[in-house]
Amino acid sequence: MKEQLIQYLAVPMLQIAAIIGVMLLCVMYLVLWERKLIAFMQVRMGPMRVGYHGLLQPIADVVKLLLKEDVVPKAADRWVHLISPIILMIPALACFAVIPFTGTSFEVGAFTIPLVNYDVPALTVTSWVADLNIGLLYFLAISSLGVYGLVLAGWSSNSKYSMLGSLRSAAQMISYEVPLGLSIVAILMLSGTASLVGIVEAQQEAGHWWLFWAPLGVPLLWPQFIGLFLYFVAAVAETNRAPFDLPEAETELVAGFHTEYSGMKFAFMFLAEYLNMILAALIVSVLFLGGWLPVTFGIPGLSELFGNFLPFLGGAGAAITGFFWLALKVFLVLTVYLWLRATFPRYRYDQLMSLGWKWLIPMGLAHVMVTALFMLLRG
Amino acid sequence: MATTEPPEENGSVEQAPTSAALDRLLAAMPDAVVESEFQRGAPIARVAPARLLEVMTFLRDDPACRFELLSDLCGMDLGMVRPDGERFDVVYHLYSVEHSHVLTVKTAVADGTDAPSVTGIWLTANWHEREAFDMFGIGFAGHPDLRRILMPDEFDAFPLRKDFPLEGREKDHGYWRQPGDDDRYTYVAEPPEKK
Amino acid sequence: MLGTRELEINLGPQHPSTHGVLRVKLKLDGETIVESDPVIGYLHRGCEKLGENRNYIQTEVYTDRMDYIAAINENLVYIEAVEKLLGVEAAPRAQYMRVILAELQRIASHLVWLATHALDIGAMSVFLYCFREREAILDLIEGYCGARLTTNAIRAGGMRLDFPDGWTGAAKDFCDEFPARLKEYDTLLKTNRIWMGRTKDIGVISGEKALSYGITGPCLRASGVNYDVRKAMPYEVYSEMEFDVPLGSVGDTYDRYLVRLEEMRQSRLIVLQALAKMPEGPVMNKVPKRIKPPAGEVYVVNEGPRGELGVYLVSNGTDTAERCRFKSPCFVNLQALPELAKGHMVADIVALIGTLDIVLGCIDR
Repeated sequence: MKEQLIQYLAVPMLQIAAIIGVMLLCVMYLVLWERKLIAFMQVRMGPMRVGYHGLLQPIADVVKLLLKEDVVPKAADRWVHLISPIILMIPALACFAVIPFTGTSFEVGAFTIPLVNYDVPALTVTSWVADLNIGLLYFLAISSLGVYGLVLAGWSSNSKYSMLGSLRSAAQMISYEVPLGLSIVAILMLSGTASLVGIVEAQQEAGHWWLFWAPLGVPLLWPQFIGLFLYFVAAVAETNRAPFDLPEAETELVAGFHTEYSGMKFAFMFLAEYLNMILAALIVSVLFLGGWLPVTFGIPGLSELFGNFLPFLGGAGAAITGFFWLALKVFLVLTVYLWLRATFPRYRYDQLMSLGWKWLIPMGLAHVMVTALFMLLRG
Repeated sequence: MATTEPPEENGSVEQAPTSAALDRLLAAMPDAVVESEFQRGAPIARVAPARLLEVMTFLRDDPACRFELLSDLCGMDLGMVRPDGERFDVVYHLYSVEHSHVLTVKTAVADGTDAPSVTGIWLTANWHEREAFDMFGIGFAGHPDLRRILMPDEFDAFPLRKDFPLEGREKDHGYWRQPGDDDRYTYVAEPPEKK
Repeated sequence: MLGTRELEINLGPQHPSTHGVLRVKLKLDGETIVESDPVIGYLHRGCEKLGENRNYIQTEVYTDRMDYIAAINENLVYIEAVEKLLGVEAAPRAQYMRVILAELQRIASHLVWLATHALDIGAMSVFLYCFREREAILDLIEGYCGARLTTNAIRAGGMRLDFPDGWTGAAKDFCDEFPARLKEYDTLLKTNRIWMGRTKDIGVISGEKALSYGITGPCLRASGVNYDVRKAMPYEVYSEMEFDVPLGSVGDTYDRYLVRLEEMRQSRLIVLQALAKMPEGPVMNKVPKRIKPPAGEVYVVNEGPRGELGVYLVSNGTDTAERCRFKSPCFVNLQALPELAKGHMVADIVALIGTLDIVLGCIDR
């Protein structure tokens, strides 16, 4: 009983706390990286004042947001106005439960908590909170709940700009769910499982990332590049990022659905957006880029070397190395995300819809068919 | 309206200015043009308001004139210059892209009477006429939407008239003017106390 | 009964993409614009009234404040009107200096247009690239007259001072560097599918209609009408300059983009020619200290970056004008906005406001 309590209650609680803490920190520094990177692309400096080259800027921003006055419009629906940032935030955080951050588990020996003299038995701690056999479906289901937050935020603000923003986002998120789902189907077929851990393990077994799956044995003929492209475009649209940032198009709708938000409520919406970005990058890394698997450039000898940088730490070393590779991939994917923002103008609402329905969805369907055909041919 | 010619420059003999468009107008509608002159080389025709639309349509459509562009339309308060005549002039600056020539047309309007609107001839006249109405109170008969454009809707005077004081009236836009420091005025919501 | 209602929305006067204090009353059917009505006047300072109460020299200061993005062009047209009223001409060297400064200012103004237009459509980087180049031009202008925006650089009879040492070299350096920068913008925008999707067939206006609306400048030329005051009625030394007037064919937002970009290239050529041809000599002709033109009137137009700038001065023989009228191209161009916007979407209205290249100081005067 005691062991089970610790295994199924205390450890997940600690994991959740750790993930939330680390992710919030990641968001803070992702914002800084965004500002620095875009500043670099636009021949300017970005934040420079707080800390060395603005390194403490995120902390200053958080303090500012915490201390800001919370303004609620007179005509707003107070409760819905309060609740919608929370509705946005919770699914964004809940999705992290199924993400495998690294493959190897940590072995924690038995120890006693001092002062209270509580004996903790030996434990195996995984890097994921839960390895659901429907992990991918769970991710799709939970992440699409966030749209309620946007819609309610726009509606409860009782402002025309917010309303237009939330209407746009509702249409946009529903439209882009479809190509998003379609781009994942091929990965499901290849892996034979919906568990995110299982998908990475399947890639390990196959000896290559799904992105480089070459059904005809010909290098550079990798059908999953289309899958990645589809997923990435749909994910950019789902997270309302440029060039699909219509719901908050600042030059048209002032700030779209969060026009009437300030202080901590605004910070929540902001956090949710960046959490969703990190999540999308994590899913790309896990599905297409082999999750925690090391980069080997196809050279067999390298997997030994790159699989564990810290052999003297044993299993923990392998775990940390896996985490490093995943973080690197996520970082690169996020950088592409930001690069898009610095480069592209914004789509118009009707163009966005026609791109989604007339191009991405047929492409997604064709992609599923082609992958299935290749799998059939290979037997 | 003063019409003194510019002084001769450096003794050089200036050629008398000519204008094909003005000649054409004078030939076609001699009775419509009240007066014509050249100012600094530019032709000016004065037309009676009653004949204005006719003249303007002719100027736009006649192949020898072809004034497709109404470059500018403005009002002018001549209350000081012409105390006995009509108070306002409406001035039309025309340009022809095809022939690359210009013509200025003027028409005199008395305070309280309307000038005919040329919005039917050039769409651009719409806002220009609104501005002339806003600034001088010149009415334009036949204008589709004659309301204030630069001043607030509730403003009740015409600021470009010569009798409107430069520093504004004692009470404008709902605020009272009060002498403040450094010869500047301050504006207060309550009427200032009379001393 | 179920029914749909049109949504009325106020774009401005405080709004990120209205380039100042413009307010557009929009009636929307979903996201489609049914009706739009620009409301202006928030920046009305009574420049015309001031022009009737200050003397001719003092009034030039107000011309800076009208089109503050292209102050030199405003100065130039006003001073030309005063000179014509006085019957004096500018010194030959000064005429070249005016052309150089006016064309540099045109490039700077077009850069601001491109920057804000692109930003409105969401291309953020172009904004900063354009401002980098504009900064270089503003440095040149500052190097000449000490001010960056409100230049007040030109005097009746010529220029107050000659270019300082090294100025012409710096201007040449800028012109040498500029084409490469223009190429960068083209790489980012010209063939970008999103940019083309956002600008092609948006706000189409025929040449005939544009003329009737009184639209001038690049907006008119994008509709295929060849009217450039610099060619049609050359002022200063434009008759000695060789340059092309780019024309559009469709008259949509994309054409207006192409025309303005080409105009920047042509302006650069004019600057180079003027720098090469500029004669030595005094920069100021003899003009009385107190400007008291004889009675009479002039209407002078010249080609500003946004279109035909006009000044109508009526003199009554004293040192203040009887009537001082500023014709603003932005005012006229903005009038066509409802016509251009009809049937387009909300997102297009910001593209249209951008493509008309309006400056509220110029509109409201």
